[in-house]
Amino acid sequence: MKPAPFEYYAPTTVEEALSLLAEHGYDAKVLAGGQSLIPMMNFRLVQPSVLVDLNNIPELAYIRPDENGGLRLGAMTRHHQVEIDPLVAERMPLLHETMPKIAYSQIRSRGTFGGSVSHADPSAELASVSVALGGRFRLQSQSDERWIPANEFFVGLFSTVLEPGELLVEAALPSMPARSGWSMMEVARRPHDFALIGVAAVVTLDAKGLCDQARMVFLSAGDVPKVAHKAAELLKGQAFSSEAIIASAEIAASEDIDPGSDIHATAEFRRHLANVLARRALEQAFKRAAENK
Amino acid sequence: MQNLFDLAVTVNGSRYEHAVEPRTLLSDFLRHDLGLTGTHVGCEHGVCGACTVLLDGQPVRSCLMFAVQTHEHEVTTIEGLGTIDNLSPIQETFQEAHGVQCGFCTPGILTTVKSFLEQNPDPSEDEIREAISGNLCRCTGYQHIVDAVKLAAEKMKA
Repeated sequence: MKPAPFEYYAPTTVEEALSLLAEHGYDAKVLAGGQSLIPMMNFRLVQPSVLVDLNNIPELAYIRPDENGGLRLGAMTRHHQVEIDPLVAERMPLLHETMPKIAYSQIRSRGTFGGSVSHADPSAELASVSVALGGRFRLQSQSDERWIPANEFFVGLFSTVLEPGELLVEAALPSMPARSGWSMMEVARRPHDFALIGVAAVVTLDAKGLCDQARMVFLSAGDVPKVAHKAAELLKGQAFSSEAIIASAEIAASEDIDPGSDIHATAEFRRHLANVLARRALEQAFKRAAENK
Repeated sequence: MQNLFDLAVTVNGSRYEHAVEPRTLLSDFLRHDLGLTGTHVGCEHGVCGACTVLLDGQPVRSCLMFAVQTHEHEVTTIEGLGTIDNLSPIQETFQEAHGVQCGFCTPGILTTVKSFLEQNPDPSEDEIREAISGNLCRCTGYQHIVDAVKLAAEKMKA
């Protein structure tokens, strides 16, 4: 099928884009990379009457260091840019490791950070990684600006707190604390397909080498990125041991996540995969944390 | 018909100026408006790779772009890689290593590989398989495609 007709605007500044979004409200859809939106338009799952194309706004694409060792990413930064950026490799190893797992090279040429998280597909790697890192997003409208923590940004299936007229313009990702390790793993039948399940993990040790914080965020495990709170509680204050890892992974898979069943996998299978991935990810994250004094 | 957009785009080195509907996909613009039918349409949702072309040198899904988005940009299709009388090294090695059967996936793979070898001129087999993971082939089982890419890398280094 082909997309239904729409009015097309290609603003060249953020101001212009916000003005268009304010004018058209619910009728307007934002076109970022288009790698999620255009398939839906091709199937006519969505038929926006107005499309505001952000691809001619260079001021929205950037990767900048912030003063706390973290990074600021403009919403229109392409996945490919993040993938090859040396600052990302240096300051944000979890993000760096995640990028090649996102779809295929051809998708990453166009796909954007802001577009991915705004679209809020439950299988989006960047959504879960943003939550795992404790990132924040800056949302702008014609009249206002606000910062939202990543874990409050996603509210439901393909749903975020973005209001009509509002645009996600920037992501602030903090660096991990000292003595932190990370891991990012996912499972798909064909490599690079939408993940059946995935997990982004960050483990931080205290001065004694015990777990100070363990954060696991699962993708494709519910409507939104699923933070494994109970699993994290179990690990707090613990030394690394296979018993602790096994127990934590077990509770993450059985109680912290809420996967559904579809033609690709049953909920039961997803829970099994989550259990296996959680163990592997925790092991890798702990090991890296121990290496990162 | 909705408001037409005056598109100006360079394709395979030639500049084209056409009035197009914003909803016209790049894949359809190339095939129907420009008659460049080497770019194939397999799935129209970004997973098969048959529609892959180069936008300013980077591989993209032409089924996931509107033609109007290429305004003042450069597109390279399979037709821009070489001609029957003047095949590019990659096209030659696909012939030599028998990396083509029905040919439906081939243009998408060749454009992808062209960009890949420019960025990684000396790839391992694993890296080659990773690079073509966004292109589905139903005929070859990929082995001869991988062989062809290896051969092309060697030829281009020499």
